[in-house]
Amino acid sequence: MKMKISFGIAGLVATGMAYGSAVNLIEGYRNTGAGPFSPDAGRSAWTHEHHSSSGVDTRSCASCHGTDLTQPGRHVKTGKPIEPMAFSVNSARLTDPKKVEKWFRRNCRWTLGRECTPQEKGDFIQFMTTP
Amino acid sequence: MKKTISIIAIAILSIASIGAVMSSSEWSEREDEERYEKEYESDDHEDGSFRGAWLESREDVRLVENETYQTECGGCHFAYQPGLLPGKDWESIMDSLVEHYGDDASLDELQATEIRGYLLNNAAERARLSRARAFSAGSASGDILPRITTTRYFRREHSEIPARVVRGNAEVGSFSNCQACHRTADAGIYNEHQVLIPGFGKWDD
Repeated sequence: MKMKISFGIAGLVATGMAYGSAVNLIEGYRNTGAGPFSPDAGRSAWTHEHHSSSGVDTRSCASCHGTDLTQPGRHVKTGKPIEPMAFSVNSARLTDPKKVEKWFRRNCRWTLGRECTPQEKGDFIQFMTTP
Repeated sequence: MKKTISIIAIAILSIASIGAVMSSSEWSEREDEERYEKEYESDDHEDGSFRGAWLESREDVRLVENETYQTECGGCHFAYQPGLLPGKDWESIMDSLVEHYGDDASLDELQATEIRGYLLNNAAERARLSRARAFSAGSASGDILPRITTTRYFRREHSEIPARVVRGNAEVGSFSNCQACHRTADAGIYNEHQVLIPGFGKWDD
């Protein structure tokens, strides 16, 4: 477990500028009592299918972002292209904590029907920052 | 004395010509075009280069000029110009962002206030450009949320477009996907000469 965490942090370090913001986010979640965080937990939650409130469709993070984070996604309804989520190819990701929290709020509510916990958010960030 | 008379004469003529423009309330393509001309010439927010490049195709709906709107709303879908719906419809949309056409589009209070103000100040009934004004009749449907695609003007303009080239076309998918066919939609230009339906080609009726 410890190795995975250091692997994730190494990913953050490698991305230079974004390092501070992502570490601060992780620290913030840790301060709420969450952790340790793992990229693997993030990966499996990423593709977990949830039933929508109407029950007619299932959805996951991958519905719009795809399963390969180094590739662009596509909004499942409007078709609008979405820049890749992976830090390794898109260094603008996770640089603005307010933006990160806004999208977590919106997208977790749409996908899971509730807001994500600090544990889940930390795992997702580890997943996005692990090359 | 002579000078005074000529000034008065010019003033009367100017008022008369303004009156002639104002009285052309009948909707027709030709008047529409003429109005574009006048409004375009009086537009002060465009630079020369834009004017040169789009000499034949001027914007007929005012461009999106609010960065918060462009970022927040344009993040998920085409940033529809405020002139495409009347203010009352924008109000309904802003009042229900948590249930936004099946998506959660909630904003923080500061951004919501800014975007609401921008939309209302530039809504169809406030617009100077004529195509935007045509949208001021608003949404005629009893839908829960108003839609640009159900406004009377939109439906009339698209009545001859078969569903197979839009809904049945994977590259378009929906009438809400303006820029799929209106390649210059983000420049506020919607005239039919710019239309290119993916897989079907130009549309000129």
